[in-house]
Amino acid sequence: MTDTAWIDLALVSARPQAMGALLRYFRNLDMAEEAFQEACIRALKTWPKSGPPRDPAAWLIFVGRNSGIDKVRRQARETVLPPEELLSDLEDRESELADRLDGSHYRDDILRLLFVCSNPALPATQQIALALRVVSGLSVRQIARAFLVSEAAMEQRITRAKARVAAAGIPFETPDAADRAERLAAVATMIYLVFNEGYSAMNGPEGVSADLCDEAIRLARLLLRLFPAEPEIMGLTALLLLQHSRARARFDAHGAIVLLEDQDRRLWNRGMITEALAMIDKAMRHRRPGPYQVQAAIAALHARAERPELTDWEQIDLLYQTLERLQPSPVVTLNRAVAVSKREGPEAALALVEPLGERLSGYFYYHGLRGGLLKQMGRAREARVAFDRAIALATNAAEAAYIRMQLDHLAAEPGRADLAEEKQ
Amino acid sequence: MLYAVLCYNDESVTSAWSKEEEDRVMRDLTSVQRKYVEAGKLGPVARLLPTTAATTLRHAPGETIVIDGPFAETKEQLLGFYLIDCGSLDEALDFARDLSTANPSSGSYEIRPLALYKPGELPS
Repeated sequence: MTDTAWIDLALVSARPQAMGALLRYFRNLDMAEEAFQEACIRALKTWPKSGPPRDPAAWLIFVGRNSGIDKVRRQARETVLPPEELLSDLEDRESELADRLDGSHYRDDILRLLFVCSNPALPATQQIALALRVVSGLSVRQIARAFLVSEAAMEQRITRAKARVAAAGIPFETPDAADRAERLAAVATMIYLVFNEGYSAMNGPEGVSADLCDEAIRLARLLLRLFPAEPEIMGLTALLLLQHSRARARFDAHGAIVLLEDQDRRLWNRGMITEALAMIDKAMRHRRPGPYQVQAAIAALHARAERPELTDWEQIDLLYQTLERLQPSPVVTLNRAVAVSKREGPEAALALVEPLGERLSGYFYYHGLRGGLLKQMGRAREARVAFDRAIALATNAAEAAYIRMQLDHLAAEPGRADLAEEKQ
Repeated sequence: MLYAVLCYNDESVTSAWSKEEEDRVMRDLTSVQRKYVEAGKLGPVARLLPTTAATTLRHAPGETIVIDGPFAETKEQLLGFYLIDCGSLDEALDFARDLSTANPSSGSYEIRPLALYKPGELPS
């Protein structure tokens, strides 16, 4: 790897720590970001000559803080900037700073930073956009591309989010145990949302939003390093790894959706699966089940099945029942219906699905699954109505194309299907 | 004389590698290994999963504690390692517990699942 490639990586991985500390110092997102940018520019100039510092994050915090202070002073009165050599020669002061910045400082800073971004005053999409900009340092263009909106619109969205965060005022004292638990849950949700944004916007094997999935996994790993004994964070990380392990198999060469049971399992990323399974093992030992652990366990059962027919649907059904208890939601019940359809057939699954209609009437998967079950039962006319509703609610081209394929199947075998329907 | 080469790096940097960077590093490492494989000098090669997947069993006379993550005492040094094929973490912990019982001194055993394993071909 070249020097500059190493520097890029070091800057990327130091960003959350450095941004967290700079935010605590300046209490202003824009100032913290500018100071971090400035520190990165200096790092690119200095590190190739003087070698990488012992603790890149501490170096960046120190230099960023100085440049921010300079800026404030300059705005107050015109002062001469200290010469570059003075700012770059930080050997002694850096180690002093690095000693003070032990792990727990970093932890609270990063948590605070992530919490600022998952501010409940912001709608979910703004939380994600802000986190990607501030914590991950993705460019506005990258974020706009992932959200499929124009760069100008995204710029505006982020500016608005920042203004709202500033107006809300953030408490900057070190979070106590109760605060920390609450923040951790909020932050975990935010990371999960970042992943979902990438996962559902992906509309082809080359989908740009794979970046978002990678970024969410990176953030989850970071959070796990900060809280190595939290089984739910292990569960979250494992869940994201398992979902992402199937990225290459989820679409065919034409960008059409390939269902789990039809996926080429050789395309699944074994490395991610191994890591996730080890992590679930570790999480389970704590005997403190939570929604992420259960979802990860479900995904793990799919990952463990060498062929689709070897899937342990009984266990999956049981895990969904656990999830319904831990986190009751019609979407969870809808997912359980898939397991039920495999174990007991489409009738039993449909009985589970029908009562959800009122709450899930605007949900693509509800109509898609209902249509699929009706189709299996030979009730073609009703299936067609359900699929039509699903198409109208599809959020991307691949979803719509998948349902259209189902409709084509129905049209191709009208005789058989309608015959069965008459028997109803 | 057999030598063990233990690889250390900054995990926050290596875990920020993209897929392409990761692939490139692995390709370059493999080409280094090839020379020694051909000379019959390379034994097992193993890559560990990240430290976040680790569990540690700490042993002091009279008690053992299982904790998350690699929290080795700095005064302890790596003395050796085992490779063991276990169905679950609990089984691996049992093995470590047995080791700690057999070993009268205090110390710790870090259990790190493997990400990659190549047996190699050393003449015995």
